[in-house]
Amino acid sequence: MSQEPILTIRGLHKSFGDNHVLRGIDLDVQQGDCIAILGASGSGKSTFLRCLNFMEIPSDGAITHAGKTIGTERPGKPRVYSEDELTKVRQKVGMVFQQFNLFPHKTVLGNITEGLRIVQGKDKASSDARAREELARVGLAEKADEYPSRLSGGQKQRVAIARALALAPELMLFDEPTSALDPELVGEVLNVIRGIADEGRTMLLVTHEIGFAYHVANRVIFMADGIIQEEGPPEQVLKNPQNPLTQAFLARHKQFEF
Amino acid sequence: MYEWDFTAVIENSGLLWQGLLGTLAITGTALAFGLPLGLMLALSRLSPRKWLAWPAGFIIEFFRTTPPLVQLFWFFFALPILMDIQMTPYLAAAITFSIQSSAFFAEVFRAGIVSIERGQWEAARAIGMQRPQAMRRIILPQAVKRMIPAFTERSIELMKTTTLVATVSYADLLYQANELAQKTFRPIEVFTVTALIYFTVIFGLSLCVQAVERRLAVSGDSTVR
Ligand SMILES: Nc1ncnc2c1ncn2[C@@H]1O[C@H](COP(=O)(O)OP(=O)(O)O)[C@@H](O)[C@H]1O
Ligand SMILES: [Mg+2]
Repeated sequence: MSQEPILTIRGLHKSFGDNHVLRGIDLDVQQGDCIAILGASGSGKSTFLRCLNFMEIPSDGAITHAGKTIGTERPGKPRVYSEDELTKVRQKVGMVFQQFNLFPHKTVLGNITEGLRIVQGKDKASSDARAREELARVGLAEKADEYPSRLSGGQKQRVAIARALALAPELMLFDEPTSALDPELVGEVLNVIRGIADEGRTMLLVTHEIGFAYHVANRVIFMADGIIQEEGPPEQVLKNPQNPLTQAFLARHKQFEF
Repeated sequence: MYEWDFTAVIENSGLLWQGLLGTLAITGTALAFGLPLGLMLALSRLSPRKWLAWPAGFIIEFFRTTPPLVQLFWFFFALPILMDIQMTPYLAAAITFSIQSSAFFAEVFRAGIVSIERGQWEAARAIGMQRPQAMRRIILPQAVKRMIPAFTERSIELMKTTTLVATVSYADLLYQANELAQKTFRPIEVFTVTALIYFTVIFGLSLCVQAVERRLAVSGDSTVR
């Protein structure tokens, strides 16, 4: 690749006590990549995503965002990270959670303007305008003044996506964004995500929707035992997997359609 | 058969009103200082900084486990000797019940804060909020709402405990009632009326809190997520 990667991950490790979850992950993410991450439950997919915006602090390794390696190196020890530095990184990395995690005491609009006003210090008028723009993009312009408890799961997740997008992140992380949804609500959320991917936004997406990964992602990663077992274009990884672990995983998900 | 006679009580009802004002004053003072102090103690106790968390934990446990009467006597009798200050019954009562209730309120705050789902913290941090911002804007507003019943319970408990101030001659409702009973030789009537006043005030206040709580519950955000 001629272009400098937007995100570089080198030798990423994460342990929880004795549980060595991530065991050395290397990955370059290019501008405009849509990377689908597959893997069995407990294989460390969420932990991997959460390390990328430092919701989990890596036990070892280095993460470089837009040419800047986060944290300070220490000889023979893991890097140290300052809270200031991490809050800056997190503003550039949007995250969407399986359980939506909307703020229940704030309206839909309030959920979206919170980061703009409190974190980025924008005034009310411009924050509201920005929030309405993102709400329109996810097709919920008319829900601005509702409270989250009045929305369906699919609508909640679309608001959560708008909340992340409002901060104009350089990278979006989706952690099983449709896994908590009733089947009939999955489509509306996937459509929104597809729209964002089509705009050329860089994103990493943990999903069990293999058909969606096939059609939308330009790269697919299969994770097992704390490492990336196989990585490549969807055609290759999903239709012609080389690694026996990938083959076994896909065999268990036979029901998907391309 | 005992012959009830409330004339003496009614004629001297001014004394009881004064006493009620005294009770409300000390309860109000304890709430005014105890709530913010309790919040500070709770936040300190939850802080990742050990040098904040441990002293806060000690203060909370100390004032929750020592009898309030001992605390009151200590502030009234011992503190003036140690610090060479003028101590009045009101001041001693105000200090005692502010600190004592702050210890209890701290635990109410803490329980409320830790009851908020991890996902709320994560969503706040994911949009770049620092810990104090997330606490103030996202966690506390939700926690306080959940804490209202426990706060009400604690405040009622507080008002009842303030009857101890009569022992240092602070003119609260119970102290005045005692005076009146001795003056009129009508203890049965006096203490019956006194109990009814406590009941009316406390029950009335807790009805008000319930109304507020219902109002908050219908504001649309009663469910999680
Ligand atoms: N905060 C945490 N504390 C302790 N263990 C954790 C934590 N988060 C994840 N784990 C452990 O890490 C492993 C991988 O979890 P996770 O990343 O959620 O997997 P996946 O998302 O692929 O299902 C699991 O064994 C899980 O128990
Ligand atoms: Mg997961």
